[in-house]
Amino acid sequence: MSVTEHPLKKYTRSHITRTTTCPGCGNGIAAQAILRGIEELGLAMDDFVFVSGIGCSAWIPSPLFAADTLHTTHGRPIAFATGVKLGLPDKNVMVVSGDGDLTAIGGNHLIHAARRNINLTVVLMNNSIYGMTGGQTAPTTPRGVKTITSPYGSLEHPFDIAPMVAAAGAPYVARWTTYHPRQLTRAIKKGLQKRGFSLVEVITQCPVQYGKASKLGSAVNILKHFKENSVRIEKARQMEEGDLEGKIVVGEFKDIEKAELSEEWVNLRSSMMEVGA
Amino acid sequence: MSRESRALSGTHFEMGNWGCAEGAIAAGCNFVAGYPITPASEVANRLSARLPQVGGVFLQTEDEISAICSIIGASWSGCKAMTVTSGPGISLMQENIGFAVATETPLVIVDVQRMGPSTGVPSIGMAGDMVQVARGSHGDYQIIALCPQSPQEMFDLTIRAFNLAETYRAPVFLLADGFIGHMREQIVVPPQEEIALTERRVTPNGGSPMDRQDFLDVNVAPMPVFGKGLKAHVTSSCHDEHGMRNLTDPDVMHRYVMRPIEKIISHRDHIVEVENDCKDADIALVSYGVVSRSARAAARLARERGINVGTFRLITAWPFPDREIRELAESVKRIIVLENNTGQMFPYIKAEAAHACRVDFLGPQTLGQIHDPDYIVAKIEEKEA
Repeated sequence: MSVTEHPLKKYTRSHITRTTTCPGCGNGIAAQAILRGIEELGLAMDDFVFVSGIGCSAWIPSPLFAADTLHTTHGRPIAFATGVKLGLPDKNVMVVSGDGDLTAIGGNHLIHAARRNINLTVVLMNNSIYGMTGGQTAPTTPRGVKTITSPYGSLEHPFDIAPMVAAAGAPYVARWTTYHPRQLTRAIKKGLQKRGFSLVEVITQCPVQYGKASKLGSAVNILKHFKENSVRIEKARQMEEGDLEGKIVVGEFKDIEKAELSEEWVNLRSSMMEVGA
Repeated sequence: MSRESRALSGTHFEMGNWGCAEGAIAAGCNFVAGYPITPASEVANRLSARLPQVGGVFLQTEDEISAICSIIGASWSGCKAMTVTSGPGISLMQENIGFAVATETPLVIVDVQRMGPSTGVPSIGMAGDMVQVARGSHGDYQIIALCPQSPQEMFDLTIRAFNLAETYRAPVFLLADGFIGHMREQIVVPPQEEIALTERRVTPNGGSPMDRQDFLDVNVAPMPVFGKGLKAHVTSSCHDEHGMRNLTDPDVMHRYVMRPIEKIISHRDHIVEVENDCKDADIALVSYGVVSRSARAAARLARERGINVGTFRLITAWPFPDREIRELAESVKRIIVLENNTGQMFPYIKAEAAHACRVDFLGPQTLGQIHDPDYIVAKIEEKEA
C-alpha cells in the first residue's frame, strides 16, 4: 500500500505527530488555510516568525509549524510580535491566537498595534467562548448564552471584533468562518501581502464547549449554522440593523494603504545615519 | 554608525538617568521600549533621541506589559534590548519577567525606584523594589540585580548589566532610585574601545532544534535567535533542552526549574561584586545604592570620634552575596544594615551574619529621606552604650 503524504506536511516539524485540538475543532481548517496561503504565495517558512498566546488556537503554529515559533504569555503575543517585527523588519511575523487572548486580556495590544500600523498578520480565532479552561463566557459570547460562568445566560454585549479593529486603524481587516476555507486562505494571503497591520478574524467552531453552551451541538451543525447565517458585508451594508440580528457578517471590512511602522523606522534610521555621516 | 562612535567619550556633568541612557548606547543597545513614569522618564526621553542616531529603535508602548513583551521579542530577534520604568511598572511586568527567565532571554530592566506602596510618591526615591525584582514573578528563579550609587555607576553598571545579560542569557536589573536617577555629578565616558562588551553566543547552524541544545545548559546554551533559519521553538511552559513543551516527565520539570537557577548560582563568583572597606573595623555599615554615600560619611565621622566603623556595599544585590556577608560577619563585632525602606535586604543579611555577630537594622529618620550621617553616628553611639 502506498502512503500519501499530506501536501502541507513539509511545513510542519517532522517530530510533531499529533495536535492538541479536540475532534471537530476548527484549528485544523485555519492551520491549513495559513499553510496553503504561504505555499500559494511561494514564501519560505524560514522567512516567518509565528507568535501565539495562550488558548486552544495558540497551538496552531506552536509547536507544529517548522519555523521560528514564540509561544508567549496570555494576551501578549501582539506585544511580543511588535518587538520581533521591529527587530527583524524583513521577516513575516504572524500572530495566531484566540478571541479571549487577543480581545479580553490582550485587547489593548490589539487596538494599539492596529493604530501603530505595524506589519503583523493576525489570525484571530473566534469561537465565542473560553475552550481550554472549560467553557467560560468570553467577550465574544452572544448575549443570553449560558456558559459555565454565565449559568443564567450572559448579561453582557459581545465585541464585534473586525469592525473594532478596522476603527482602530488597521488597513486590512477581513472576517470569514471555517465554512469558508477558500475565502479564508485568500484573506490570509492578502493579509500577508499587505504592508501593514492585518487582521483575519476566523469565526470557528468549538463543538466541545460552545456547541454545548449554544445548543448548536456538533461541528457539522455549527458549520451548517455558519453557512446559513453568513451574510457578505456588501449585502449587509444594504440591510437594516434589526435584520442582521444573529447573522455573521463576512468579507473584507477594510483594505487601504497607509504608512507602516517598521518601514518608517527603517527610513528614519537611514535618514539619521546620513545626517550622522 | 559604527560602534566606535556610539559612546559620548569625555567628561560630563549630568543626571544619573542620562548616565544610564548613555551606558545603554555605549553597550550596543539597539532596542528600547518603555512607558512614561516618574522618576525614570529621562532615560527613555534621551534614548528616544539617541537610539535612531545609532541605528536603534525606541518604542513607546501602551503600557509596561507591552514594553517588557516587546523587548523580549526584540531580544529573540537578535537585538540588545532594554526597558526602563519604576516600581509600578515592575509590578505590571512581573509575569513576563518570569517569561524572560524561563526562556533564557537576555534583557536589561532599569528600575528607578520610587516611594510605594502603590502610586506612592513618584519623585521620592526609596528602595522599595529590592525583593520584588528577585521574587515578584511566580515560581522559583534567580535574578541578577545591580545597585548603582552614583550617576557614574548608572553609566558603568548599565554596561555591566548588558554584559551579564548577554553572558548568561538572563534578564538583569539595574536597581537605581529617584535620588540617583536625578542626581547630577561628573560622568566620565571612556573611549569606546576601552569599554569591554560581551555579545551572546548564537546557535551557529540550522537544522532542527531536536538536534541541538537550545535551553537549560548550566553553562549557557547558545541562543537560537530568530530569522536565521534555526526553527527555534520558544515557550515559557515547562520545556526540555530543545525548547519543546513537556508537561509529563517529572525529570524535565525538575530541570526546567533548576537549570536556570544553577546557571546563575554556579557563576555567582563572576557576577557578585561588593565593596568591602571594613579592614580592622569593629562595626560594619552594610548598605547599597544612594544610602552607601551616607554610610561612608558616617563611618568617617565615627572614626573621628574614635569608633572603629567601616563600610560594606552591595553592588550586586542578586544573586545575594551570601558568602561575602558571612565572611564580613566573621571579621567584625557588629553589622548595622542601612536601607531606605523598612528592611528589605535585612533578613537576607541577618540570615548569613547572625551566627557570628550582632546584626541591627537602621532605616532613615524619615522614610524616603536619605540617612543623615550624624543620625547614623548618633544611633551607633546610642546602641554601643
